[in-house]
Amino acid sequence: MGIKVAKTANEAFAEGMRQINPDVVAAYPITPATEIVQIFSQFVADGLVKTEFIQVESEHSALSACIGASAAGARTMTGTSSQGLAYMWEMLYIASGLRLPIIMAVVNRTLSSPINIHCDHSDTFGARDSGWIQIYSENVQETYDNLIQGVRIAEHPEVRLPCMIMTDGFILSHCLETMEMLTDEEVRDFVDEPPERENLIKAAVENKPITIGALDLPDYYFEHKRQQAEGMKNALRVIPEISKEFGNRFGRYYGFVENYRIEDADIGIVVIGSTAGTGKEVVDNLRKKGIKAGLLKIRVLRPLPVEDIKNSLKNLKVVGIMERVEGMNAFCSPLYSEISSCLYDLEKRPILTNFVYGLGGRDVKIKDIEIVFNDLLKILERGKKEFTLKYIGVRE
Amino acid sequence: MKEIFEIRWHGRGGQGAKTAALLFGDACLSTGKYIQAFPEYGPERMGAPVTSFNRISPSPIRIHYGIENPDIVVVLDFSLIQQVNVCEGLDEKEGILLVNSPLSSEQIRKKINFKGKIYTVDASKIAIETIGRNIPNTPMIGALVKVTGILTLEELLHDTKKKLEVKFRNKPEIIEGNLKAIERAYNEVKGE
Repeated sequence: MGIKVAKTANEAFAEGMRQINPDVVAAYPITPATEIVQIFSQFVADGLVKTEFIQVESEHSALSACIGASAAGARTMTGTSSQGLAYMWEMLYIASGLRLPIIMAVVNRTLSSPINIHCDHSDTFGARDSGWIQIYSENVQETYDNLIQGVRIAEHPEVRLPCMIMTDGFILSHCLETMEMLTDEEVRDFVDEPPERENLIKAAVENKPITIGALDLPDYYFEHKRQQAEGMKNALRVIPEISKEFGNRFGRYYGFVENYRIEDADIGIVVIGSTAGTGKEVVDNLRKKGIKAGLLKIRVLRPLPVEDIKNSLKNLKVVGIMERVEGMNAFCSPLYSEISSCLYDLEKRPILTNFVYGLGGRDVKIKDIEIVFNDLLKILERGKKEFTLKYIGVRE
Repeated sequence: MKEIFEIRWHGRGGQGAKTAALLFGDACLSTGKYIQAFPEYGPERMGAPVTSFNRISPSPIRIHYGIENPDIVVVLDFSLIQQVNVCEGLDEKEGILLVNSPLSSEQIRKKINFKGKIYTVDASKIAIETIGRNIPNTPMIGALVKVTGILTLEELLHDTKKKLEVKFRNKPEIIEGNLKAIERAYNEVKGE
């Protein structure tokens, strides 16, 4: 079994990558994800991995290089954040459309402007429809565990989609925290050799040429997109299988979502990322006062685990959806839209309301989450809501 | 001791406030405690005021936000107490202020409005005499351990030695100097 160590999420990403030992890594440094590449390139220089490390001049080139390498059959990884992810944009869709199981370590940071290096989830939320699997992490341990599982999920023959693993910028990326690291051998055994797939090198070796990325006009494009959508749908079945195998081997089990004291709750919040831990503390405090509070943490956002979300929230009376993203649609944040569509078909559904918090790294403390729960309690008393969207911790 | 013990470090960019939090966190980890160590990211110019934080707990730590009410504040640079409110959020009864300064705690108290416990140690002098440079962070960890009792001196020395041996294999004098600095600060810290 593994050993207890202190690592930041960036270190955990880099160590995980070392243990996975990918064939190719192409990346460009950006705050707060720089350390991932910095530490990993040292592993390459020290000969601890067999990885071909490609230095590139931009994130667009980084993902382009990953796409080329992955198309050639290499197990391929990269890492980025914020503007770097934004600069990869058109290549994100190419990676997923070509069904290339690239793994990307993403450190969540807001998008400019105004320029800011701190955490919110606007960067990866923008990429939620790009065909990548998206897994978010609450702490350093989950960052590491999600990365290792991500490889298996992405490469699964019935999924074959790229996968992003998220961690919160600075809050986790630069927070040294106790975690349990697996041994190199355990990780190696778990990720194993990638399952076979069509690729350029294989095609060349077998002298059976293939084309990747050919022009695909109205006669076939639709069918290919339909197949891609099926891959995402299959991920709904594959992710729990991989998580179960991971849990059986290493003792840490993960679902699409984490239900925290929500089974018998009247009121609850939905959160993503590091705020979940702070939220659990608030839930415990409320429970001590006899208030039936709960928390739903979304770990996997793509594919969207509709059934899990429905099951978790169907018996609640009031639900507050907390999000580190502003939707800029004069209505609500993106997660609110997604959760409310999940629940729409239920005959009896909770009152939903939306709280946007923590933009640009604004700290969210126990008292901020208490404000949210107080609002939910008021709605519970009155039986109706008076607002759909409220901002927590902003001066206005 | 409450469930989660919280520490705030004040220093100037380049003085090792971040490293101190990381080293101390790591040393606590080696005794089986759960830890967090994180800096506050702002303009990190050399000489600018910086802060970093530790959480230490016997059980896993779930919360992730800045520390508002530390149990102890460690000041690596004496001149900061005129510039930053180092006592912010510190409890007037239970809170502890630990300052790197040749002054006594009574002399410090005259300069700031704080009624809690104040401890001082001349960590800069100790660092110059033992390590050869004014790097007050390692001796301050020694003083912190004495004042809080979170670790024993032996545990701290053992862990620091193990870490420095990896980094300074070919410079035994640096390892020796740092260990001596910790031990001296541990013995020389005074206060009320």
